[in-house]
Amino acid sequence: MTVLLEPLRHAWRTPRGRAGALVLLVIATVVIFSPPFLPDPLAQPDPIGGASLAPSITHPFGTDQLSRDVLSRVAVGGRVSLVVAVIAVGLSLTLGALVGLVAGYWGGVVDAALMRVVDAALAVPRLFLLLLVLAMSERVPVWALVLLIGATGWFGTSRIVRAEVLRLREESYVRASEALGASPRRVIFRHLLPNTLGPLLVAATLGVGDVILLEAGLSFLGLGIQPPAPSWGGMILDAREVLVTAPWAGLFPGVAIVLTVLSANLIGDAVRDAVDPRGA
Amino acid sequence: MRRWLLHRTAQATVTLAIALLLIFFLMRLAPGDPLARLSEDRPLTPAQIEALRARFGLDRPVGAQFVSFVGGLAHGDLGTSIQYGRPVTALVSERIPATLLLGGTVLLLNFTVGVWLGVRQAVRRGGAADTTLTLLSLSAYATPSFWLGLVLAWLVGVKWHLLPAAGMEDPLLDPGAGWVAHAADVGRHLVLPALTLSIVSIAGTMRYQRSAMLEVLRLPYIVTAEAKGLPTRAVIWQHAWRNAFFPVLTLFGLWLPLLVTGSVFVESVFAWPGLGSLAVGAVGYRDYPLLMGTSLLAAAVVVTASLVSDLAYACLDPRVRFS
Repeated sequence: MTVLLEPLRHAWRTPRGRAGALVLLVIATVVIFSPPFLPDPLAQPDPIGGASLAPSITHPFGTDQLSRDVLSRVAVGGRVSLVVAVIAVGLSLTLGALVGLVAGYWGGVVDAALMRVVDAALAVPRLFLLLLVLAMSERVPVWALVLLIGATGWFGTSRIVRAEVLRLREESYVRASEALGASPRRVIFRHLLPNTLGPLLVAATLGVGDVILLEAGLSFLGLGIQPPAPSWGGMILDAREVLVTAPWAGLFPGVAIVLTVLSANLIGDAVRDAVDPRGA
Repeated sequence: MRRWLLHRTAQATVTLAIALLLIFFLMRLAPGDPLARLSEDRPLTPAQIEALRARFGLDRPVGAQFVSFVGGLAHGDLGTSIQYGRPVTALVSERIPATLLLGGTVLLLNFTVGVWLGVRQAVRRGGAADTTLTLLSLSAYATPSFWLGLVLAWLVGVKWHLLPAAGMEDPLLDPGAGWVAHAADVGRHLVLPALTLSIVSIAGTMRYQRSAMLEVLRLPYIVTAEAKGLPTRAVIWQHAWRNAFFPVLTLFGLWLPLLVTGSVFVESVFAWPGLGSLAVGAVGYRDYPLLMGTSLLAAAVVVTASLVSDLAYACLDPRVRFS
């Protein structure tokens, strides 16, 4: 566990790591705990008189063109965004670590084949990979979206893990363990995996921001979270039509995206410096 | 060197071939076939759909479809677009100039402004300017391009009426006007999309240039150059930067996917008639031949760019060539 805690502690000691962690904590607290106290994000209380109201005490972020409360939509949309990001990144890391360990440990044909596939997958921008599947599918439920985003995010991670395993395999303690007759499973899970946790932690923190941007982009194209469920990207798409008359409907979800992604990346940046001090 | 070159090129070819396979089979991953949902948003009878299916070869086994797709590709034929009823290759090549203009402008901005800012940051490492620029570039990197595009279009285009917020040419401009007037018109339309895409993608160049420059500034020959009494400007640009620029070139292959992705959103927001908006349109119409064509082109661009940046690096830095 120290492998994971030490970089996090180090990140917390840097100003940007701490700022990122605090902002992210505030955002997470708001999106998790505030919705019960806010108006229903789907309710359209007064589509004629209450539409596109400017921010006020009753509606701190204003209302959209269907009179829905923008603040509660930002909060509930953020909940979805964060949950999608965390699960998808977890999935990507697991897949990436698995492929990287297998390729690095067994080497040879397995490694060559896996890495060619990874090369090819990295060559098609992730957005296009997702567009290809999503454009032809029915309305995609959230769990399938999470699966797809997770399944398209592990290529880079597997490269990092593989490189780390290749380096570690030459270390004398790994060779000693193999010479003593340790099974591949023991070598992989006892010696190799724990030492790749540092780079994985970096990939995790930086991956969260990427996935939030990606999900927002898909929702903006109408392929991500399906309306009427609120999502940050979807809100910006809706606000596109009323940008001139009700700019707040689009401004607030955008600011929420920037703040969340920025704070996740600040943490990731600080963690990376702790794991790999050369880049600082 | 020649062997390395051959090996690297062969590798790129294999990568592209697997990418082609991936694109083809991902498209078939969705339940049903690509035409299954066509009748939902168009008044088509089942018989018409069957006819379309036969026309696009979807009534044949997947293997046979793949073979004919690859065969067509070898002849420069990517199939027929459902939305436009015209060959995909023709549609794609019509859109290439606009995307090249936008992408080229953004590359130029990133490799000049981004490199310059990165060098300044490295030279004043830890100072207020360095910290501010780092925070600004990270914020820009965290900004969704479509949102920034909409905000800029709203403020600059609609509210202040400074620049056009959509399209590439003014439809009201007299076609008889000289090429200078036309070029100026395209230039005015280019400002906002290029600015948006550049802002969200410049962080990579800045960061990479900054850390490459820091590596070099630590080296003894820089101390020597300073000790000789050379002007700071000469030390920074002629001694340090010349060696610190090569690593940034390799980055080119890495962040081109980011640029391709960004141009999808930015072109769609600003109605820029390039490949990105073509791809978004294809998604809306479930036009699978067109979507496959644009995805394939995106992959080809990424693979070629990474190959070219590796070659450029090898040409510029003899240490790579001979190791």
